[in-house]
Amino acid sequence: MMPEVITPKIGVSGLEHEAKLNELWETKPGWKGFFASVDHKEIGIRYIITAFVFLGLGGLEALAMRLQLAGPNLSLLTPSEYNQLFSTHGMTMIFLYAAPILSGFSNYLWPLLLGSRDMAFPRLNALSYWVYLAAGILLYAGFLTGNGPNDGWFNYVPYAERDYNPGLNQDFYSLGMILLGISTTVGAANFVVTAFRTRAPGMSINRVPIMIWGTLTANVANLIVVPAVSLAFFLLWMDRNFGTHFYDPAGGGQVLLWQHLFWIYGHPWVYAIVLPAMGMVSDGLPVFCRRPLVGYALVAFATVATMILGFGVWVHHMFATGLPGLGMSFFSGASFLIVLPSAVSVFAWIATIWHGRPVYRTPFLFFSSMILLFVIGGVSGFMTASVPVDLQLTDTYFVVAHIHYVLIGINVFSVVGGIYFWFPKFTGRMLDERLGKLNFWTMFIGFNLAFLPMHVTGLLGMPRRVYTYGAYGGWGPLNLITSIGSFLFAFGLLLLLVNVLKSRKSGDPAGANPWDAYSLEWAVPSPPPPYNFAVIPTVASRYPLWEDRIGDGGIVSTIDRGMLLAEGKQTIGTTAVDAVPDIVLQMAEDSYAPFWLATGTTIIFVGLLFKSMTVGIIGVAVVVLALIAWLWPSVDLREREPMHG
Amino acid sequence: MSLGLSEFPLSYLSAAGTRADRVLPLTWYLLWVAISVCLIISALLWIAVRRNPAASRTESPQSIKDVPLVRGADPVRWISLGVSISAIPLVIALVWTMVTLASTSGPPSNPDLVLDVTGHQWWWEVRYGSAEPAQVFATANEIHIPVGETVLVRLHGGDVIHSFWVPKLTGKTDTIPGQVNFSWIRADRPGLYRGQCTEYCGSQHAHMSLEVIAESPAAFDQWRAAQLAPAPATTTPDQARGQKLVEYRCGLCHQVRGTLAGALSAPDLTHIASRRTLAAGTLLNNPGNLSGWIEDPQAVKPESLMPNQFLSAQELSDVRAYLETLQ
Repeated sequence: MMPEVITPKIGVSGLEHEAKLNELWETKPGWKGFFASVDHKEIGIRYIITAFVFLGLGGLEALAMRLQLAGPNLSLLTPSEYNQLFSTHGMTMIFLYAAPILSGFSNYLWPLLLGSRDMAFPRLNALSYWVYLAAGILLYAGFLTGNGPNDGWFNYVPYAERDYNPGLNQDFYSLGMILLGISTTVGAANFVVTAFRTRAPGMSINRVPIMIWGTLTANVANLIVVPAVSLAFFLLWMDRNFGTHFYDPAGGGQVLLWQHLFWIYGHPWVYAIVLPAMGMVSDGLPVFCRRPLVGYALVAFATVATMILGFGVWVHHMFATGLPGLGMSFFSGASFLIVLPSAVSVFAWIATIWHGRPVYRTPFLFFSSMILLFVIGGVSGFMTASVPVDLQLTDTYFVVAHIHYVLIGINVFSVVGGIYFWFPKFTGRMLDERLGKLNFWTMFIGFNLAFLPMHVTGLLGMPRRVYTYGAYGGWGPLNLITSIGSFLFAFGLLLLLVNVLKSRKSGDPAGANPWDAYSLEWAVPSPPPPYNFAVIPTVASRYPLWEDRIGDGGIVSTIDRGMLLAEGKQTIGTTAVDAVPDIVLQMAEDSYAPFWLATGTTIIFVGLLFKSMTVGIIGVAVVVLALIAWLWPSVDLREREPMHG
Repeated sequence: MSLGLSEFPLSYLSAAGTRADRVLPLTWYLLWVAISVCLIISALLWIAVRRNPAASRTESPQSIKDVPLVRGADPVRWISLGVSISAIPLVIALVWTMVTLASTSGPPSNPDLVLDVTGHQWWWEVRYGSAEPAQVFATANEIHIPVGETVLVRLHGGDVIHSFWVPKLTGKTDTIPGQVNFSWIRADRPGLYRGQCTEYCGSQHAHMSLEVIAESPAAFDQWRAAQLAPAPATTTPDQARGQKLVEYRCGLCHQVRGTLAGALSAPDLTHIASRRTLAAGTLLNNPGNLSGWIEDPQAVKPESLMPNQFLSAQELSDVRAYLETLQ
């Protein structure tokens, strides 16, 4: 059936128009609205808060470990307690914090950056969040009942197999990770379609903010590699529960199959949790340098190139597994080459500061210091790319230092900078600047005090993942410094929490654009109305709000005049590359279906965990009912094409 | 033994064997490149931040809005120049890596000695092979090698994955169930070199060390001859009682060659008294530690696979008396 052709009205906004939009887009108050909301801003904030809760939990786990490691031969924790702590810490930070926090920012910001009214699939967006929350609760239910992961986040077999690991620990972890994979996959599909189909008219692909490039690249990668890890965990679960032998050499299986499947996913995943964060810096830094980013096209290209190379480096996690030298040298070469696209970003950022007029506000401090932390994490990664050297470095604290410079340096510093930058947009109030500076310096000094000496701990040969260590290695003093630094860093993060709680109520009012920034989210009020844009803007450059000052005087973006689209919950769909409008998208109403679909899916997983047919059937029934509700035909959701010409 | 451990026994910034030695210059090169890059970037960043701050132009702006935007060309030369310069040490590192990889990967075609090392939770089984069955023997957690000779180490996975690492002599190679991996070592000078399992393997991963003792070929031959001998006959009543206890209690897991204790799932005890450490490098082997370890292994190495035996004081003393004869 051909879509019905309509002509959207063009005009300027007015009070009546905005009231109408508000009526259409607003989530109902109360708990009903809470469970039914598909507003991307609401979902984004939930993602951010949930991810920060997990950051706090993972941080407490780390502090417990740092007490145990503060000196040689301490016995605060038993071996199995320590081993569950370090495994849960890794799982929490990598899967439940680092990726979801970026999904949170992207969920909140994408439609605002793109000049749209919502993500492409609002209900899928809600489903992604609920499943993430459910997977996090399932994984933590295991941990809190003494059944947490105990084989590291990387979970190598055969130790994860039943013979060596008879408890429910690995069943919780396997099923929790498969469940989380569902969330990641539907979220990724939503981001990819949103990036290609819902940009404002005129926002061709070479005009999107770098953060869009980073998140888009990361999510294309997720779609490709998440199946590998879901499969890996599924095979493990089969081995453990049904006596298959996928990883059991005694039954013809292969131990290294796990490592290949896991790292085919695991290495691209590392880029998936840094590229969007790098994008935040690429977009935020120019605002505080008062000039456009140097080398936009090169930075966008480098983002994609990093990911493509990132698909071909997984074996550098496996240099010690006895693979043939020739094969390893290819992976070694690819790992070295990743330095080049990384260097593009670094020099682009430095040039932006150099040729700009930096304003030392808190977000700038976080963004600019991230450049240094990125480089430190990068050069230690560069060292591990060399096979013979890596055979010494790997599995020592040198690599622990490396991964923390990557994950904290690139992800956490960018994210906290991002909180300072976008908090005014989220809430309409500024974070306290003095407390912000204190926050930054505490985190920066604490972090480097903890992790810079850790490189030396590694060079002196301290192995990773040990619950205690002897005095013989000479690592005691360095570990004490690390423990002190980690507590200082944790205190820094606490200051962020204090600042957020304090400023949420009493911060200075922000107004629409407190930083005089350039991108579309700053064109709408803070916090944005439920419909984001009263009229759909038309975009003529990368810096729509700076055109009057740095533009070439040609065609300019129009923000306050455009398609009104108030005939229903509508936004505009545009073509993938040039962003020519070609469809009026009818957006879904608030719905309970995502919540119930997530709940039903989780019940199925609980049934699988305890091998309960009854629970499983209940889960399937809930899923079927939720899907029927979700897919029920609605006249409102039929597609319409705008008149061309 | 007069051989002492150096100050940082697991540091790989110094080497005592050919294979580790060949990697060392490359390690230092990469380290210096890394440090230099960090210093150069820090300097550039510091200058970039300080050279033209907004506050010096418009005296402490009330608002960022007061700072005018910079117009001008896009200085992408920063990027082309920066990436080009970065590529130089990168290419050197790449070529050097390939050369070093070729010279260290091995395994050597004509080793002077072949060892089979198996990683177990949480100890190392070391088997000295020979064409003559009478020359084959096993020990645990302690590897003796003749200085200057090339030793091929075949690595077997006993249960889960472990990793064989003696930093002064060689980088890591995993022991993986279902496959045989190869490492090789050649000590350039006599000494005691500590090794450690570096693949996480469960509760007592922290206490899974080994020692490599490199000695003169003559001393090595002497040691080897001693290890080949079965356990000596007992000479006192307490030793005899101790032997019985070892056979019936310890012999379910351990072997003492020449006695009824013949199980292979735990370290061979035939010459336990000759070894420097107990419990895979956890304790120095002396009478007090030996008693303590047998009396309550779970206190020394919690969750290890050696159960408490609940021996009476007399029994413990007999077992110790016997084990001390196993030189």
